[in-house]
Amino acid sequence: MTDTLTKVVVDCSTGEQTILPLTADEIASLELSRQEAEARKAEEEAAAEALAAVKASAKAKLVAGTPLTEEEAATLVL
Amino acid sequence: MADTFVKIATVTVGSGGSSTIDFTSIPATYTDLCVKVSGRQTVSGADSMGLKLNGATTGNSSRWLSGNSSAVIVGTDASSVIVVSYAGLPGSGATANTFSNIEIYIPNYAGATAKSISSDSVGENNTTSAGLANISILAGLQTSTSAITSLTLSPYSGGNFVQYSTATLYGILKA
Repeated sequence: MTDTLTKVVVDCSTGEQTILPLTADEIASLELSRQEAEARKAEEEAAAEALAAVKASAKAKLVAGTPLTEEEAATLVL
Repeated sequence: MADTFVKIATVTVGSGGSSTIDFTSIPATYTDLCVKVSGRQTVSGADSMGLKLNGATTGNSSRWLSGNSSAVIVGTDASSVIVVSYAGLPGSGATANTFSNIEIYIPNYAGATAKSISSDSVGENNTTSAGLANISILAGLQTSTSAITSLTLSPYSGGNFVQYSTATLYGILKA
């Protein structure tokens, strides 16, 4: 891979394909996208962990015969 | 009988990789657009793919239903790109030489209304390992009412498309 970030551009009116270095604005835009993806991934992982914890608690309470919270009950397929 | 599904242009990424794939000067002579992508990227995990219409970084949103061999995921996103493939681009940790299979459809692209996008994708990871072959369907929106004259595709997490990734833009005419 090259150190300089590049883009492949095809001009649909001519069919001409060129490889160009990214502009500063384009690099900033990709960095913003990277940060958004990172934040989304963290949110998804946190949500998955929270759901797993609620499910585990619901299962333990069912086995023990103790009441479930509404959130725990919502994780069950009825 | 007139052709109704016409190839406008194809891009194949070269040996240096590419951060984005851009289609510019898209003619307004068709009814709809369709983009087919066979892609792979450099970040280790499977990544999503972003789409920009006319370079717009605002007014983008998307929602998806995705699944793999271990989980079903639903999500929404409103960010600087329209997510058109959820974790559908294999990364450097994926089975060697596997590429995604993604199709994006944009109806009424030259009209003066907000632009809707639908897409489907599969990571084509050729593995039975849990969680490593994502399949998704997505719906996207770009609120601008300008006719679309350019499209930009990029891996969502900032990686590069690897060599031999391809994207082909088609124009669809009324029958």
